[in-house]
Amino acid sequence: MAEMEETILQYVKDEYLEEDDDMEVDNDTPLISSGIVDSFSMVSLKTFLEKKYKIQIPDAKATPEAFDSVHKIAALVREHQNQ
Amino acid sequence: MAYAAKVRDALREEIDNIESAGLLKEERYIHSPQDAWIDVEFPAGSPLKKVINLCANNYLGLSSHPEVVSAAHDGLESRGYGMSSVRFICGTQDIHRELENKLTEYLGTEDTILFPSCMDANAGVFEAVLSEGDVMIADRLVHASIVDGIRLCKAAYDSYKHSDMGHLERKLEEHQDKRIRLIITDGVFSMDGDVAKLDEICALAEKYDAMVFVDDSHASGFMGKTGRGTHEHCGVLGKIDIITTTLGKALGGASGGCVSGRKEIVELCRQKARPYLFSNTMPPVIVSAATKVIDLISGTTERRDKLEENTKFWREGLVEAGFDIKAGESPIVPVMLYNAKLSQDMARDLYAEGIYVIGFFFPVVPKGQARIRTQLSAAHDREHLEQALAAFKKIGEKYGILGLGKKEILEKFGN
Repeated sequence: MAEMEETILQYVKDEYLEEDDDMEVDNDTPLISSGIVDSFSMVSLKTFLEKKYKIQIPDAKATPEAFDSVHKIAALVREHQNQ
Repeated sequence: MAYAAKVRDALREEIDNIESAGLLKEERYIHSPQDAWIDVEFPAGSPLKKVINLCANNYLGLSSHPEVVSAAHDGLESRGYGMSSVRFICGTQDIHRELENKLTEYLGTEDTILFPSCMDANAGVFEAVLSEGDVMIADRLVHASIVDGIRLCKAAYDSYKHSDMGHLERKLEEHQDKRIRLIITDGVFSMDGDVAKLDEICALAEKYDAMVFVDDSHASGFMGKTGRGTHEHCGVLGKIDIITTTLGKALGGASGGCVSGRKEIVELCRQKARPYLFSNTMPPVIVSAATKVIDLISGTTERRDKLEENTKFWREGLVEAGFDIKAGESPIVPVMLYNAKLSQDMARDLYAEGIYVIGFFFPVVPKGQARIRTQLSAAHDREHLEQALAAFKKIGEKYGILGLGKKEILEKFGN
């Protein structure tokens, strides 16, 4: 697993899963459409990514679709790192 | 015509999608005043059915109380029907200010401002008080109206896991660079019925120099020994900077809400809160009746005491019968069913038994957390609750869920 995916996955688990959640989350698990992350609390993930990877993700790009799995999020981060 | 066929078709498709997902909300026509017993026409066109109401926010049973109705008549006679104005032009009567003062005294705050609803109070307060450079840190299960209010405000926002004080503390540490930190929570959470840990929240607020906001809509009038709300219940009277609450639940049940708290915050709402500035004043009828409600509950704790007894009886009865409920002390008692279809089937069968309850499922509650939310009232007598318990037991037996926990119910009915 790429380091970036691993970091994001760990953040998602710490930030959004409850201790008693028995849910398995991997890089392809839908996050928003499954209800693990709602569009309201998604903002902390965006802030984390911007700080960690020193990027700016415009609000127009921070859509529920773009944040719907760890893989998609990593792709979004890479896209902005290359700009 | 701008309402072209393609627009009509697109909107129709959206409604069809809602319906095919099983999420279409249908109104039930009630032909009687709000009370323990109500006469319901459902589905539309059906003969009226007398049912015990276990899903109203009529916690104190004051919605149709004769003294409240009489005060509404007095308000109509003495101050008229409408004011045809917003508050700051020519819509403030003496009785508006009188009600604000009574709420201030009742809630133990510095000042109060009325809004057309608590939805409006929550929509207006953050934007009026906070600006860029501030941060709002909200519990993840706060009411939708708070989410809307936060979205309208230019301050940064963040959220913490439901009632997770460790997570909240990390967020407070993270945002020490902000001018104002505002912790935002419901007092009693409307879907789970649990109470915010306000004592711990206030301690954290002190430690990290933050303010505290509480929406006490499901608590004002009955939580705490004298019913002041969750701040009384948790022993933090005077420590909450902003309380919003509604007059549409325990406090008469008609409509209206308020922001109550620090003087300057209330004054800023008077100057800047858009739902206050641009929405009509509360009608005199409601102001007059709500004032009577505050008088009634300031003089005696009889009604909140009865509600507390009813809540205890109902919670104990459900547990004894073998239902899996969310533990707690509030009169919101969710009967956990986990499976969405089961919640709908049981609610329908209970209605046939003369018990009016509603099943909730995703997206109103998280996936796999479907439930029937029951709500107690001081209008309920022991016989109502005994009859309702008997019906719950009968239907619980029918589906074979008595004594089962989450795992067993999900094994039996699926997720």
